[in-house]
Amino acid sequence: MTGELGQLALCLALALSLVQAIAGLGAGHTQSPLAARIASHAALGFAVFVCVAFGALVAAFVTSDFSILDVAQNSHTLKPLFYKITGVWGNHEGSMLLWVLMLAIYTVLTVLGRRGGMRLTSAALGVEGLLAVAFLLYILLASNPFLRLDPPPIEGAGLNALLQDPGLSFHPPTLYLGYVGLSATFAYAAAALLTGEVDAGWARAARPFLLVAWCALTLGITAGSWWAYYVLGWGGFWFWDPVENASLMPWLVATALLHSALATERTGAFRSWTLLLAIGAFSLSLIGTFLVRSGVLTSVHSFANDPERGKFILCILFVAIGGALALFAWRAPKLESGTAFEPVSRESALLLNNLFLTAAAATVFLGTLYPLFLEAATGTRISVGPPYFAVTFAPLFVVLLMLVPFGPRLGWRRGNLQSAMQTLAPGLAAAALAGALALAIGAPRSLTAAAAVALGVWVIAASVLDLRSRSQTHALSLHSFASALAHAGLGVTLLGIAGTICWKSEALEVVSPGQSIQVGGYSLQFDGVSAVAGPNYTASRAAIEVRRNGTEIARLAPEMRSYPVEGQAVSKTAIRTTGYSDLYVALGDNRGGGRWLIRAFVNPLAPFIWLGGGLMALGGLASLLCRLRLPLPRPVLAPAE
Amino acid sequence: MRRALAVACLVLVLAIPAAYAVTGPERLPDPQLEARAVALQRQLRCVVCQGQSLDESNAPLAADLRRLIRARIERGWSDAQIENYLVARYGDFVLMKPPLEPETYLLWFGPFIVVVIGGAAVVAAILRARRLARAETPG
Repeated sequence: MTGELGQLALCLALALSLVQAIAGLGAGHTQSPLAARIASHAALGFAVFVCVAFGALVAAFVTSDFSILDVAQNSHTLKPLFYKITGVWGNHEGSMLLWVLMLAIYTVLTVLGRRGGMRLTSAALGVEGLLAVAFLLYILLASNPFLRLDPPPIEGAGLNALLQDPGLSFHPPTLYLGYVGLSATFAYAAAALLTGEVDAGWARAARPFLLVAWCALTLGITAGSWWAYYVLGWGGFWFWDPVENASLMPWLVATALLHSALATERTGAFRSWTLLLAIGAFSLSLIGTFLVRSGVLTSVHSFANDPERGKFILCILFVAIGGALALFAWRAPKLESGTAFEPVSRESALLLNNLFLTAAAATVFLGTLYPLFLEAATGTRISVGPPYFAVTFAPLFVVLLMLVPFGPRLGWRRGNLQSAMQTLAPGLAAAALAGALALAIGAPRSLTAAAAVALGVWVIAASVLDLRSRSQTHALSLHSFASALAHAGLGVTLLGIAGTICWKSEALEVVSPGQSIQVGGYSLQFDGVSAVAGPNYTASRAAIEVRRNGTEIARLAPEMRSYPVEGQAVSKTAIRTTGYSDLYVALGDNRGGGRWLIRAFVNPLAPFIWLGGGLMALGGLASLLCRLRLPLPRPVLAPAE
Repeated sequence: MRRALAVACLVLVLAIPAAYAVTGPERLPDPQLEARAVALQRQLRCVVCQGQSLDESNAPLAADLRRLIRARIERGWSDAQIENYLVARYGDFVLMKPPLEPETYLLWFGPFIVVVIGGAAVVAAILRARRLARAETPG
């Protein structure tokens, strides 16, 4: 019954989104209030039915209705309730429905926000309607989560054990909140091009959506990296894996867009470039969805195994990106973008920011997609891994970070480099001091680490100095904290990356009970392994006594869990953090006779990686809050200043 | 002398392969050789995983290759010899850092080209904006 209800709700949602698209685009064109009202109501109805469909799928997973193929393939009665629910988006069909659910949320916000005037909002709703039609058609025709199975099996096949983890449960929804949030910015940009209202109004209207999307992407990427750190058991936090890169590319372009839109809103500069970035950011999030969802990543050949789905998404991709770019090419020449500013100004700083961010995004794009294109064209298979990004991506970010502190210190149109230098000079001193200190006490001695620490401290100190300088002239507002927090977060993350990569100590040993491992000043005594039973797994749990200078300070219990239904083994690392350094212990395989392989790492500054991500998101949140407190921007229909 | 040692190692390895496989804390006693092995396995890909290097993979094949690298290092092979041996077996796919060949020119020079073209566009935009600014406020 739930299956049919879900199917029906999806069909109704498709019909309403079609109405929303036609009425919205019509209202954008004719400015008919009736059409605008129809579009708004259809959009709300579409959202209601998507919620019903999603609720039906959740209900099917919770009740373990194995007559539904998707549930039978991805769930199991023994799975804890929590993972039954998160299993809804732990598979292809469910995650595409989650994508549309997010789209519905943003559509409702577009209707309720009514930002940017009736005409622009209606056209944006029209574009969101078109996206909804495309994705609902895809779900109904090629990726239906409600397909029935006859006869239903007694038991389901279970969920990938790696996904049965609290960290990964909220990673996909957060990431999708970000991916799909960019659809709202895209819709407003396309609406601006369609209606010809290409002044700053659309950027002002879209900014809250952009900020929500950016915060969610930041948190999603941070959570994903944290998950990789503690689940994979090797102490790594970023693998330059295509799936990770797929989320990094939209983030980089969205960050560029956040900055360029600032200039567009404030002075009307870079209008066409901001439009192009809005199109680019969402295009990359579509490409990311395609990459992750089509199976093209494992090999170009696995794409051919399920050509229907891959081609469908590819079609959506071409129509959305191609259509938007064509629209841009048609309208952009009419954009008069001659804004005056001096070479030393906030505008120039933002241009440099955009140069390095887009170049970094292009690098990740090349590194991720080049192997696919090369294999498709010549059959040669190559790998593009961390060493490639270390020599291409890293230098771009180093230059960007060196320049970051100057941006907020330069005035619009005409900045004063000398006064900026005066404000920032203590930061330079702090950076030099920190670098020297890192060189002196960091073990092993590493010039790279010292340089990275200096750079990180430079960015953090500059944020503090920026706040101090602002507080001297006027009271600090939430707005001043936004950029300071986000920029400082970058510096904090850099410190974490530098410490973890350059100062990590590790030990990899086979030990018998009673034996100890020495790592980074800790002594880990292995007290044997006991068997533990979980709800749907059995685990070998090691008992490890941690000593420092002879006194016991903690007991750690890393596990190796084995999931019989899924036939998978997953390691559950034990991490003891001091806030500035992690002791990280993972249990390896059983070597017989009570002897086990144990991997232990001491990762100095590792927690800073995720702390920085959190700070960046907080900065975005601060910006969002002060944006929402401000009165709505003037309707665009009123004559511009 | 070194060759004799290498032969001795080889004989040892060949004689007790099974024992070698299980004795393995995957570590060499000599810290310098071990550092070489770690550096090498960071540059090499676990061919059955998605995007992980040999250094950070739980796959049995990766563990075998980690031991293979150490066995070869003990036999006195150079890093290049070991890399070539693995490339011959698994192709360029095994290298985390793709080689610079005509096929990968675009990959390697692409970022540089983007920065140069983008940089030129930025300079042009700044110059145009300056011209406008000077025209507005002469002097």
